[in-house]
Amino acid sequence: MDWNLLITQLMNGLQLGLLLFLLASGLTLIFGIMDFINLSHGSFYMIGAYFCGTIVSITGSFVTGVLIGLVGVFAVGALVERFIVRYLYRKDHLDHVLVTFGLILIFDTLVHLLWGPSGMAIPLPDALNGQVSLGSLELPSYRLVIISAGLLVAVVLYFLVAKTRLGMLIRAGASNRSMVEALGVNINRLFLIVFALGTAMAGLAGMLIAPITEASIGMGNDIIIIALVVVIVGGIGSVKGAFYAALIIGLIDTMSRSYLDQLLQLVMPNTYAETAAPALSAMLVYILMAAVLAFRPQGLFPPAGMK
Amino acid sequence: MADYLLKITDLNKHFGGIIATDNVNLSVQQGQIHAIIGPNGAGKTTLIAQLSGQLKPDSGDIEFAGHSIISDSMAHRARQGLARSFQITSVLMPMTLLENVMLAVQGCSGHSFRFWGPVARDRDMRSAAMASLAAVGLEDRAGRTAANVSHGEQRQLEVAMALAMKPRMLLLDEPMAGMGKEEGAMMVDILNSLKGDMTILLVEHDMDAVFSMADRLSVLDNGHVITTDTVENVRSNHEVQKAYLGDGHA
Amino acid sequence: MNWLPVTVSGRAYALLLLVLACAPFIFEWANQPFYLDLLSRALILGIAAISLNLILGFGGMVSLGHAAYIGIGAYCVGIPSYYDFYNGWLHLALALSVSAGFALVTGAISLRTKGVYFIMITMAFSQMAYFVFLSLEEYGADDGLVIYSRSEFPEWLSMDSSTGLYYWIFAVLLMALFFTKRLLHSRFGRVIVGSRYNEQRMQALGFNTYRYRLVCYVIAAMICSVAGMLLGNFTSFISPDMMGWSRSGELIFMVIIGGVATLFGPLVGTIAFVLLEEFLSAITIYWHLIFGVLLVLLVLFGKGGIHGWLEMLDRKDVDHG
Repeated sequence: MDWNLLITQLMNGLQLGLLLFLLASGLTLIFGIMDFINLSHGSFYMIGAYFCGTIVSITGSFVTGVLIGLVGVFAVGALVERFIVRYLYRKDHLDHVLVTFGLILIFDTLVHLLWGPSGMAIPLPDALNGQVSLGSLELPSYRLVIISAGLLVAVVLYFLVAKTRLGMLIRAGASNRSMVEALGVNINRLFLIVFALGTAMAGLAGMLIAPITEASIGMGNDIIIIALVVVIVGGIGSVKGAFYAALIIGLIDTMSRSYLDQLLQLVMPNTYAETAAPALSAMLVYILMAAVLAFRPQGLFPPAGMK
Repeated sequence: MADYLLKITDLNKHFGGIIATDNVNLSVQQGQIHAIIGPNGAGKTTLIAQLSGQLKPDSGDIEFAGHSIISDSMAHRARQGLARSFQITSVLMPMTLLENVMLAVQGCSGHSFRFWGPVARDRDMRSAAMASLAAVGLEDRAGRTAANVSHGEQRQLEVAMALAMKPRMLLLDEPMAGMGKEEGAMMVDILNSLKGDMTILLVEHDMDAVFSMADRLSVLDNGHVITTDTVENVRSNHEVQKAYLGDGHA
Repeated sequence: MNWLPVTVSGRAYALLLLVLACAPFIFEWANQPFYLDLLSRALILGIAAISLNLILGFGGMVSLGHAAYIGIGAYCVGIPSYYDFYNGWLHLALALSVSAGFALVTGAISLRTKGVYFIMITMAFSQMAYFVFLSLEEYGADDGLVIYSRSEFPEWLSMDSSTGLYYWIFAVLLMALFFTKRLLHSRFGRVIVGSRYNEQRMQALGFNTYRYRLVCYVIAAMICSVAGMLLGNFTSFISPDMMGWSRSGELIFMVIIGGVATLFGPLVGTIAFVLLEEFLSAITIYWHLIFGVLLVLLVLFGKGGIHGWLEMLDRKDVDHG
């Protein structure tokens, strides 16, 4: 048993899980509170990466890049909400799908226009680019940075949702929108904040991963699907659900890619195991989603008050 | 011995802290018009919803024609002969009156996994549908879209659709809601004409209508049945008067 | 019976079908074989769009995973061909049965949900299919699968030539249109349409709407898989990209441009989409931007699509008459 590999893969799973959490938490709130399907959420992931990269190339500081990038993504998200999304809440879901699909096209092309077709590499400062030793194991320190950042956001978000007034409104809105309106809250402002906050977190995820994978056009369009699965499994409107579901899915996805073929080899001939494993590990996350839907359609941790 | 078509036993339903249906016991005799009255918020629509299968009760039983339907779906109950009309008009707005009623006929006559023959050419279904429309006085408006007829006519359509299902029992939730005096009177005539052949359980606010139609009355208050009795006895019942205090219907 | 179209839209569609029927000859005479290819592709997507409209437009089920069936249909040509099984009837039978099976299983799960959930789940399932095919190294995965010979049919039905394949496509298109029309007016169709207007009402009338919608979903999937089979033959190159969720999004776009819940809407919408794509991409590489803006504007301001516009012309006719 290769313990080093196991721990590395567990860390990878944790990392993926936390990134998914950043994406899914915004999505689940937008779905839950505003009943709005935002297919373009992945575009903010991409925009975050590009903003950060540009600022890093100007200032040379990764931290500055992240901070200013966050503000930038928040601003873009706010603008999109104010001038496009706001007019769609009353329309049906098909319209949401079409408009946000259109937004993806627009954002992808705008990025192409502004930054060109090839991706953008984001260099890491030396301080973050080293290795950390855990016993006999050497881990890239950036991995730990991502994990810490993800956990930090999770804690901040928990505090926000559970202990502040804004959080209370969010929780109430997730299970009963009309009640929140009846309380006389400025719904427009609440929705704007929730949307922009959600997109900012997506942008953060993009910024964190970009030094490893490069910022590229359309980078959000595939991961958004997994984020959606996380939202479904966790329960629409539930940040807690998004957290646990993201970790579960991140771990399952990573571990199955590494170990499924070995597992399968225990029960079937090697050649079959080799072809079946990648296909099966690709399907695993969706099978989980289907299972959750079959037995607990409201998700694993639905927001309180939802039946 | 009386023939009970519908028998509700110890029915309970609560939403969080609110008790919507509180140990309701009620039986409807075959061929009678049984009305449920009560102040707003008494739980009348919730009761109808549980009877038709839209809501699942927390406990209790509902028996229809001798066997329990408590775990049957809405569609299943409809096919067993329990037809419902909705308090908030729930007809298919973009379709014509005729198309609406033909669907009602279709729903309770065999399956609809027929992919080829145009429904418009099915003479039997057409004439059955027209008959139901005629029973409520809407036959000359059959070709109009449901969205383009008056509110009262839409309520009549609801009843026509329920009739077209050839049910054994009608569950009518405020059939006269929002109707004018003339239309309301017509509805009372229609329902009275059905007495004997059809069993009807209806919820209504219009007291004059209820008193002129119903064989028996049940009074619901806070989810609980205060009394079930004949019209005269209910009218002179003190508890009922208390429940309606301020309503002016003594 | 009066079968000559009377409305502006009816006449427009009849003319369109006539032109489509003669297209190979028109393009040969004008010496523009490229346009026959363009039209072939448009009509294939048109068949897929018509099948999507059945569940989305008429049935009210917004599926963001319909393109998966195009991919399945295509791979049902590709994989047998890889093993040297070129029999066209085999390909067709495979496409129909595999798509029906996939639709039955995924539909059974998806249709238990509504609204946001349904859209996301259909999206997720089609991505699942995409990733499965992407992981099959044997059949090309990312690089795709090339086939060297088209599905084999008896000589009079052969799709080996461009014209032969075109008429195959045209025939399937006509069948799809005709079948959809009959379906909508049948008992089954009425239930599907009624369920879109008011599902609870339909249940109160005695219809087990879940079952009917599932069958509708499977039928739409099967029709779409035939489009996929034709696409596989047309491009001779089959890749998982055919089945991604953004492809499904494009299909929805095509249906909306043409006019949702109309018979010919998806066809004209698809043709318009393909022509627009061709035209715009020749002008600028940033044509996706224009597309995106168009989409946003269409949703915010336009309704009824091309069909709606034709119907408006009809009303103007009546006013003058």
